[in-house]
Amino acid sequence: MQFDEPETEHVTAAITDEETEIDMPAKPAIGVRIGKVAAYLASYLQAVPLALILGFFFLLPILMIAVVSFWDYDFAGLYPDFLTMNYTDTLGSWVTWKTYLNTLKYTAMVWGLTLLIGFWVAYFLAFHIRTTTMQMVLFLVCTVPFLTSNIIRMISWIPVLGRNGLVNTTLIEMGIIPAPIEWLLYSDFAVVLAMVHLNTLFMVTPIFNTLMRIDKSLIEAARDAGANGWQIVWNVILPLAKPGIAIGSIFVVTLVMADFSTVQVMSGGQSASVALMMKNQMSLLQYPAAAANAVVLLIVVLLMVAAILRVVDIRKEL
Amino acid sequence: MSKAAEIDIVSVSKVYGSTTAVHSISLKIPSGSYCCFLGPSGCGKTSTLRMIAGHESISAGDIRLGNTVVTDLPPAKRGTAMMFQSYALFPHLDLVDNVAFSLKMKGVDKEERRAKALEMLKLMQMEPYANRRPAQLSGGQQQRVALARALITDPEALLLDEPLSALDPFLKIRMRAELKKLQKSLGITFVHVTHSQEEAMALADVIVIMNDGRIEQAASPRDVFERPATAFVARFMGDHNVLTGRVVESGDGTVTLEVAEGQKFTVAGPAQVPGSPIDIGVRTDRVRLATPSEKTLGFHGVVSNVEYRGASVKITVLGAGSDDFTVIATDADYFKTPVAVGDAVPLSWGLEDAVLLGRVAA
Repeated sequence: MQFDEPETEHVTAAITDEETEIDMPAKPAIGVRIGKVAAYLASYLQAVPLALILGFFFLLPILMIAVVSFWDYDFAGLYPDFLTMNYTDTLGSWVTWKTYLNTLKYTAMVWGLTLLIGFWVAYFLAFHIRTTTMQMVLFLVCTVPFLTSNIIRMISWIPVLGRNGLVNTTLIEMGIIPAPIEWLLYSDFAVVLAMVHLNTLFMVTPIFNTLMRIDKSLIEAARDAGANGWQIVWNVILPLAKPGIAIGSIFVVTLVMADFSTVQVMSGGQSASVALMMKNQMSLLQYPAAAANAVVLLIVVLLMVAAILRVVDIRKEL
Repeated sequence: MSKAAEIDIVSVSKVYGSTTAVHSISLKIPSGSYCCFLGPSGCGKTSTLRMIAGHESISAGDIRLGNTVVTDLPPAKRGTAMMFQSYALFPHLDLVDNVAFSLKMKGVDKEERRAKALEMLKLMQMEPYANRRPAQLSGGQQQRVALARALITDPEALLLDEPLSALDPFLKIRMRAELKKLQKSLGITFVHVTHSQEEAMALADVIVIMNDGRIEQAASPRDVFERPATAFVARFMGDHNVLTGRVVESGDGTVTLEVAEGQKFTVAGPAQVPGSPIDIGVRTDRVRLATPSEKTLGFHGVVSNVEYRGASVKITVLGAGSDDFTVIATDADYFKTPVAVGDAVPLSWGLEDAVLLGRVAA
């Protein structure tokens, strides 16, 4: 606006010199200015709906959680306050640290296994299936289990892994083991197995997407330079798949870090995760403590995502 | 880098499912020569190159490089190196690592391979960009890096798949000259696939013209230009008008044919069976807008198009069963007696300007 001022005066002066009679000079300048402001506002107006949706359904709840995490509470109610007690209680307890460690352990194992399985599935689909139709058919086959709910897919493991489940009965009848294997169900093994089952597709999809964009002539160029199959995977395909691996890792890490139902069901209540701890606090009406926990978890997950993005540049994939 | 291999292609075929891309072709490419495979898209030239490189299996026949039969060898064991159409540089590696890639695969240690790669980049005058990624280079620079990467394996033959097609016209001509210079200085065999006649003429010692999976002619550029072997070659190279008819008389080293519209033409050539189909080619730049001295060395037609090209003028004429009989006149000749679209004009040429065209046995 400051820049406009002298120019407008200049124009006004010029016009008044020539046509003193007519009372026009100021009006066009104002008109132009309103037009400019309208154009300026229009872009903001266009951004309003999304800003409102994100504000109400994303920012506001997070802010509320952050606010509530400083409140006081007892068995009867919540009391607005500014206490750091919820944080000191959470971070000061060895249970919290153990639970975080346990959650991180699950995350690391599930991440490693989904990456291993997901990469090879995507690699097979992208490089060993020749026709695009077949690639799409097989990819859809991978997604079919995801048409049922997480809970159902998880619970369906129970009759398979149970004491008298499919695996144990088969092994006993074949005479391979004398008594049922105890650690198949309600154990870390069961938790990790179910989590890998639930989350591998989130790894397959972005990696498959990245691999499909690799120019096939690069593979030929590598072969022309004498690379064998493993060398091609290690030196060409894997480096070029990094953005897809990063995106898949973000999905898997955030999902596993926030999981409570799988841990609860598949460990039979014997293992804990951070989200499960929060769920328990909420069922005891300790909302501020759960909120403090949620804020800590959010920070930890954001740090992990930031670390992934620091290692891999995913911009060209978006 | 002085070794160069002769490439011997013996009755090689390529079959994809039910379609045959290459029909049992045989060809000897002399060692140290610059050979261009030329033809329209889908003629089998790229399939042939890829079979020489080992990126395509050979359905039948054999390929020999020097003294080795390479038919079943993997690409890197053949002594060939390929430069891909889009250059296929590794986007995640800098230029040094791109060039050093094949050495890395061989297990050469880091210092040594990087030093060798730098030397190669220096040869290609790309040393200042050594630490850049391919995406930061122009098309011409990418091509030089691709050349450096191909040549670091010290190949006996370099195979180039339409190497200039991604460049703009000016760069195309410059890189073309560089390729020729490089081939001369290295002395190795270059096999270059292109669909540009001009490029093939400018570069090749041997031009191999392919059509529909068969070799129509394999000869020096001068032979291809002066004595096209078939009607396809004459049409594809564009320097000859093709007239098609039936033999009416032959003997005394000349053949006379009659086209569908009734005109008769004479061409030098061995005796032919009367009544058999025959094609002749007439040099576009030797046809004059003048009354023929002999009835069988020219005809009367109607001008259908005139294109001014600076030093020359291209006149298209309807007549003698051809709807695009082309006359390339020098601008001086044309402007002495200009013609317009719709004019009836006499055309004439000398006996030495027409060639008898053969046919490829199917």
